[in-house]
Amino acid sequence: MLDARGRSCPEPVIILKKAMISQENSYEILVDNKTALENVTRYAEHNGYQVAFTQSNDDFTMILTKKQAGI
Amino acid sequence: MNLKNEKTAIILAGLLIGVISALLVVFGNPANMGFCIACFIRDTAGALGLHQAAAVQYIRPEIIGLVIGSCVIALVTKEFIPRGGSSPMTRFALGFFVMIGCLMFLGCPYRMVLRIAGGDMNAVIGLIGFIAGILVGVFFLNRGFTLKRTYSLPKIESAIFPTAQIVLLILLITAPVFILFTAVDGGPGAKHAAILVSLGAGLIVGILAQRTRLCMVGGIRDVILFREWKLFFGFVAILVAAFITNLITGHFSLGFIDQPIAITDGLWNFLGMLTVGFGCVLLGGCPLRQLILAGEGNTDSVITILGLFAGAAIAHNFAMASSSKGPTFNGKIGVIIGIIVILIIAVANTKKEKLA
Repeated sequence: MLDARGRSCPEPVIILKKAMISQENSYEILVDNKTALENVTRYAEHNGYQVAFTQSNDDFTMILTKKQAGI
Repeated sequence: MNLKNEKTAIILAGLLIGVISALLVVFGNPANMGFCIACFIRDTAGALGLHQAAAVQYIRPEIIGLVIGSCVIALVTKEFIPRGGSSPMTRFALGFFVMIGCLMFLGCPYRMVLRIAGGDMNAVIGLIGFIAGILVGVFFLNRGFTLKRTYSLPKIESAIFPTAQIVLLILLITAPVFILFTAVDGGPGAKHAAILVSLGAGLIVGILAQRTRLCMVGGIRDVILFREWKLFFGFVAILVAAFITNLITGHFSLGFIDQPIAITDGLWNFLGMLTVGFGCVLLGGCPLRQLILAGEGNTDSVITILGLFAGAAIAHNFAMASSSKGPTFNGKIGVIIGIIVILIIAVANTKKEKLA
């Protein structure tokens, strides 16, 4: 679980970018504002991940799953 | 959340913002200064008597509108979230020296774009410096630079700054004797659109910038970091729309010489905006974005803005701000100190991370 809560732009995406070096099939990342939610979603989708999230209070728990499309 | 239309949205918003910015000059704002966050904060600081530069004293309603516009739309969309506590003093210092850089160049990144759109080639040199500063900032971001996280705060904490904007508006309208205004023909401070026009422009741009996350430093930064073009499209849209509007209204004049409220010294235009680009990357956003975030309840951005205010006041009190005559010796010293301070802040907050 990556925790990007409270981080300024563009740190949440950098945290994800660094984690994605290991090419996992799924990631969980926690953010706490809509801008970060959008930025992480955009980066994940560009890199072939599907994004789902749940919200509790101000926190968004994002689940990123690698799309299983053929290359 | 729909990310499919966001590029179209930010292009349309940018085009509208570009037109509004260029039209404000027609309505009375200084040339190539429909908006300038640095100049307008400086003018407001002067009106409050924080500096005594008689040519640049006016409570700029654009700033008030930006904060209130962002605040209102954030309340509507439930994005108003009181928070703060991410290295406040460091942000103050960064804001301070970003302003020193802005007042060397004579403009924030937003006005830099408007100056380019008006044909001011000195601003292109500024843009090169700005990009250089962003590259240095990105170097540290990639190595783990962070000002640490923000935390939730009581609502009152985040209500103070937007409320202060209302107080500023009342002071502007009632004009008590202790508020200083540049005399007619006394300098850029005397040039302004009618209060309602300026306020309305600020409100509209504030709302658009809040919705689209527009950021003048974020555009170039995200392209370098992630090959992500969304914010950059907003940057370009403002430039294109302001350029076309300037052509139509007769406010386009190509060249280096005799540009309005500008210096022609290439080296210091470059270094001034390098300071701004570097500092703004570490802050996570340009001065415009800081105002928008402040409206959303982010008190770290409020502290940054107070740093900008302090920087503006000191820049004029210490004769560091440039004028059309050129940069000052004190200003050059200020910019060099600024680059060193920002570099120290960058190094001190960069921890080499071990990759898992």
